[in-house]
Amino acid sequence: MSVLIIAEHDNRSLKPATFNAIGAARKLGADIHVLVAGEGCGLVAEQAARLEGVSLVQYADAAQYSAQLAEQVAPVVLELVRLNGYSHVIAPSTAAGKNLLPRVAALLDVAQISDVIEVVSADTFVRPVYAGNALLTVRSADSVKVLTVRTTAFTGVEAGTTIARIVPVVMAAPKALSTFLGAELKASERADLTTAKVVISGGRGMGNGENFGLLERVADKLGAAVGASRAAVDAGYVSNDLQVGQTGKIVAPELYIAVGISGAIQHLAGMKDSKIIVAINSDEDAPIFRIADYGLVADLFEAVPALEAELS
Amino acid sequence: MKVVVAVKRVADANVKVRVKSDGTGVELGNVKMAINPFCEIAVEAAVRLKESGKASEVVAVSVGTDASQEQLRTALAMGADRAILVKGADTLEPLAVAKVLKAIVQREAADIVVLGKQSIDGDNNQTGQMLSALLDCAQGAFASSIEVGDGNVTVTREVDGGLETLQLTLPAVLTADLRLNEPRYASLPNIMKAKKKPLDVVAIEELGVDVSPRLTVLKVVEPAERQAGKRVSSVKELVEKLRNEAGVI
Amino acid sequence: MQRESMEFDVVVVGGGPAGLSAAIKLRQLAVQNGVELSVCVLEKGAEVGAHIMSGAIFEPRALDELFPDWAGMKAPLHTPVESDEIYYLNSARGAVRVPDLFVPATMHNQGNYIVSLGNLCRWLGEQAERLGVEVFPGFPAADVLYDEQGRVKGVVTADMGLDKQGKPKDGFVPGIELHAKQTLFAEGCRGHLGKSLIQRFNLDAEVDAQHYGLGIKEIWEVPEFQHRPGLVVHSTGWPLKEAKAQGGAFMYHLEDRQVVVGQVLDLNYANPYLSPFDEFQQLKHHPLFAEYLSGGKRISYGARAIAKGGLQSLPRMHFPGGLLIGCDAGTLNFAKIKGSHTAMKSGMLAAEVVFESLRDNPEPGLDLANYANQFRQSWLYEELYQQRNFGPAMHRFGNLVGAAYAWLDLNLFKGRLPWTLSDPAPDHDRLLPARQAARIEYPKPDGVLSFDKLSSVFLSNTNHEEDQPCHLTLLSSVVPLAVNLPIYAEPAQRYCPAGVYEVLQEKGAEPVLQINAQNCLHCKTCDIKDPSQNILWRPPEGGGGPSYTSM
Repeated sequence: MSVLIIAEHDNRSLKPATFNAIGAARKLGADIHVLVAGEGCGLVAEQAARLEGVSLVQYADAAQYSAQLAEQVAPVVLELVRLNGYSHVIAPSTAAGKNLLPRVAALLDVAQISDVIEVVSADTFVRPVYAGNALLTVRSADSVKVLTVRTTAFTGVEAGTTIARIVPVVMAAPKALSTFLGAELKASERADLTTAKVVISGGRGMGNGENFGLLERVADKLGAAVGASRAAVDAGYVSNDLQVGQTGKIVAPELYIAVGISGAIQHLAGMKDSKIIVAINSDEDAPIFRIADYGLVADLFEAVPALEAELS
Repeated sequence: MKVVVAVKRVADANVKVRVKSDGTGVELGNVKMAINPFCEIAVEAAVRLKESGKASEVVAVSVGTDASQEQLRTALAMGADRAILVKGADTLEPLAVAKVLKAIVQREAADIVVLGKQSIDGDNNQTGQMLSALLDCAQGAFASSIEVGDGNVTVTREVDGGLETLQLTLPAVLTADLRLNEPRYASLPNIMKAKKKPLDVVAIEELGVDVSPRLTVLKVVEPAERQAGKRVSSVKELVEKLRNEAGVI
Repeated sequence: MQRESMEFDVVVVGGGPAGLSAAIKLRQLAVQNGVELSVCVLEKGAEVGAHIMSGAIFEPRALDELFPDWAGMKAPLHTPVESDEIYYLNSARGAVRVPDLFVPATMHNQGNYIVSLGNLCRWLGEQAERLGVEVFPGFPAADVLYDEQGRVKGVVTADMGLDKQGKPKDGFVPGIELHAKQTLFAEGCRGHLGKSLIQRFNLDAEVDAQHYGLGIKEIWEVPEFQHRPGLVVHSTGWPLKEAKAQGGAFMYHLEDRQVVVGQVLDLNYANPYLSPFDEFQQLKHHPLFAEYLSGGKRISYGARAIAKGGLQSLPRMHFPGGLLIGCDAGTLNFAKIKGSHTAMKSGMLAAEVVFESLRDNPEPGLDLANYANQFRQSWLYEELYQQRNFGPAMHRFGNLVGAAYAWLDLNLFKGRLPWTLSDPAPDHDRLLPARQAARIEYPKPDGVLSFDKLSSVFLSNTNHEEDQPCHLTLLSSVVPLAVNLPIYAEPAQRYCPAGVYEVLQEKGAEPVLQINAQNCLHCKTCDIKDPSQNILWRPPEGGGGPSYTSM
């Protein structure tokens, strides 16, 4: 059994999602190879080679991979699977992974299992459906299992002690079906609510819109996005594109800090898949404490500034 | 230029589905069904292409049981010209659906195919990309804007951390993301007109496509309820635990 | 604005038992007689059945007439009533079973079925479409249209795509006018168009004010060994007697391990601190109910007002160009606590009258006074007449004495006592000022048998387009805080079973009324019970509201 991980990177360094994907692969107890496809991405290949559990890096460096277009990368994966007989192809369930992997699966004429949250065995996986309201355990009968994995469900690997072999992959470029024209990436601005690793949200307890500044200062320290409960939006504290919940955005960050939020089920519906939930509320009976991993009963106007200070 | 848009019948987004207590699936009996929200956005995109003169015809397709005719009528009421129901089981895997759609797309000689990026029941987010691979054509997944040019289509896509713009050769398969457009309401007169638009039923066997499943569902359960964790007594303790115990900061 | 219009012979407003039966009967008559007749049904819910909520024990009498072969046609009547128990709950833990002998004849349910009225309506909707009725879910009728002579000429559907300020958004689609020779109004209890028609044509000039109850219901899935399909339990007494309110509870065991539990609370209650929602949540802790629900899972929640004034409150139902049918008029039989078969029959009678009239004289806008005659000659009228004193007796004499009166009236005298009790005071006038009322402290929900409002609303699958005008119109924006709050402690915060109305008060600031229209279950209680009659319920954008499954 051997696994091919599709690395996610920006030609300079690996995205953390790759570490989680490798973490998922380790559950299979198989040989782990990583494909780094890009242009001028030698450093990425070297970084991948140093990761715990990686035994080989397939390194495809050419102009046609600079934007990592699915139509260009998928044939590479196909060829590598054909040559190496990989039993599994895994990518993180990010926009990039979701874009590329189904194309790979179709070319291999196999099913894909999306957004895996648990590896039960080499051919059996658990994945969420109906927006996470049901969990499916599925077994694949295909010879190659193509999976995207949810990053928050698997611990990411770190640099190990050995350096894997880096093998150059050279392939003729297939006809260009698409051309990359440009990208607009928000690097430094506050993180996007739906993809942020950390979210700090305020509820009715915030009292007014100005007080959200307290949360923003903590968000700055954590590189977090700021969200809000419906009650805060309805009360006019913040605009509704910050709303997290049943009728707002659904988020699943690594860390969700709910400040002055009571925890109505409609709000929970928007953040229940967060890896770690922290609640800060002065009402010890607030329903949010029933689902928070860490609960702090305190006055938010003292606790939040203290949190900012502690993080400095 | 011809546009084919695929639509799926799913449980209405507002209904909370329950898992059957015997673990065999989700309880769908008597549950309100509707057009998948992302498919609705795809139909809107296709109809706008026609209204702007870029497309000459919009054909809506669905793969499922007779009940899916309701969703095809919705697409027709929104402005699609014709509809095709490929009649088969309503539980096909994305790969099978992609193969069926490939047959239809080739029959129709479509230039652009639009799908929703994912269906809210399976949440797979695969069919569009798979279809594109099978057709060996360009793919523009998670489109938040579409511009048809001369023999190409420029797509702005939602990616992690922002937006990316690609120019795709035709034919191309696009999948619609949430922000692509706001689907129009089907007005009463249009609903009445839609009843007269052609809706053809094609038996799935006619297409000679292999739709056998590759996955076996072993069980379906509800996610474990989150339990209360621990109370911390100070911010200092909270940060310490988040750093060292949870490892999230 | 110049709107598009569509023409039909008959427009039916409301896809419930009355409206669908009327539409079906019209098309059946048309087909039988080889006559062209176009009929459409407008339904504000996203699908037929989405807004239907009822117990329900269903008497098949009207269905037998409409579709004699309903069983062969697979109408969803799956669970016949097997046993019928009535209890008086004398305390939080005590219950006394009322022997069958002492149960009013109207409460015996042999031959009846426990059904989901929502599923039955969905089935009726399918039959209607099969017969050629155009059914339009997702399209509320916003206003009645009148011709120059003031006759009803149809309705206009609601505009779609207005923002919170009432301005058209990009996707704006104006409502369409639907013109008809006859329009049947079947919106259910306290329909907003029905309300306006009653006012405009003075339809209630000769009758008592209508009386209402608020029914709140949940469906639970229970462990196999606690499930008794066909079991029907009704109770009265605790907890409502503590708050001096009238009403009663019900529990019905359906198929698939599902148990329906609910409570109907008369809206003539006096204490402004009363919360129908909390009264119901408490009820479930009584051993009579708890023993069946324990270990089970709550899967659905809903609420709807019912019109229970009976004959004494039944307005004139015909006016130029239209008819008022079903609970929109008030045909529910309160002694039986059944309104579905009566609604169906009223719809079928309306269809017969309308068909005859249109066949002889296709002129629009006629006042079909013959409906009143047909109604009077029907079993529907006979049934309502026999039971006419039940409701008023309960109001007058309270539960125990009222029930005793009812027993005598119905069992011994079969409703032929020569007098008719009247009950003129409207429900909204009955509230005492808060300072004269005893505060009620409701226990906190335990999260196992009893729950909070928001997680209950969650189970109704209620949703409304966010960016739209608030459909709950305040005639005066000042009244809630200037009148209702100081005098009645703004009871909307408590009588609304969905938590729509909140009075928020930040430290040192003025109180503010927040309307969470998003939660609205379309039950109509606010329109009914606001002591200042300041809240006007109008339909929100089409398709919004609950999406009840099998309610």
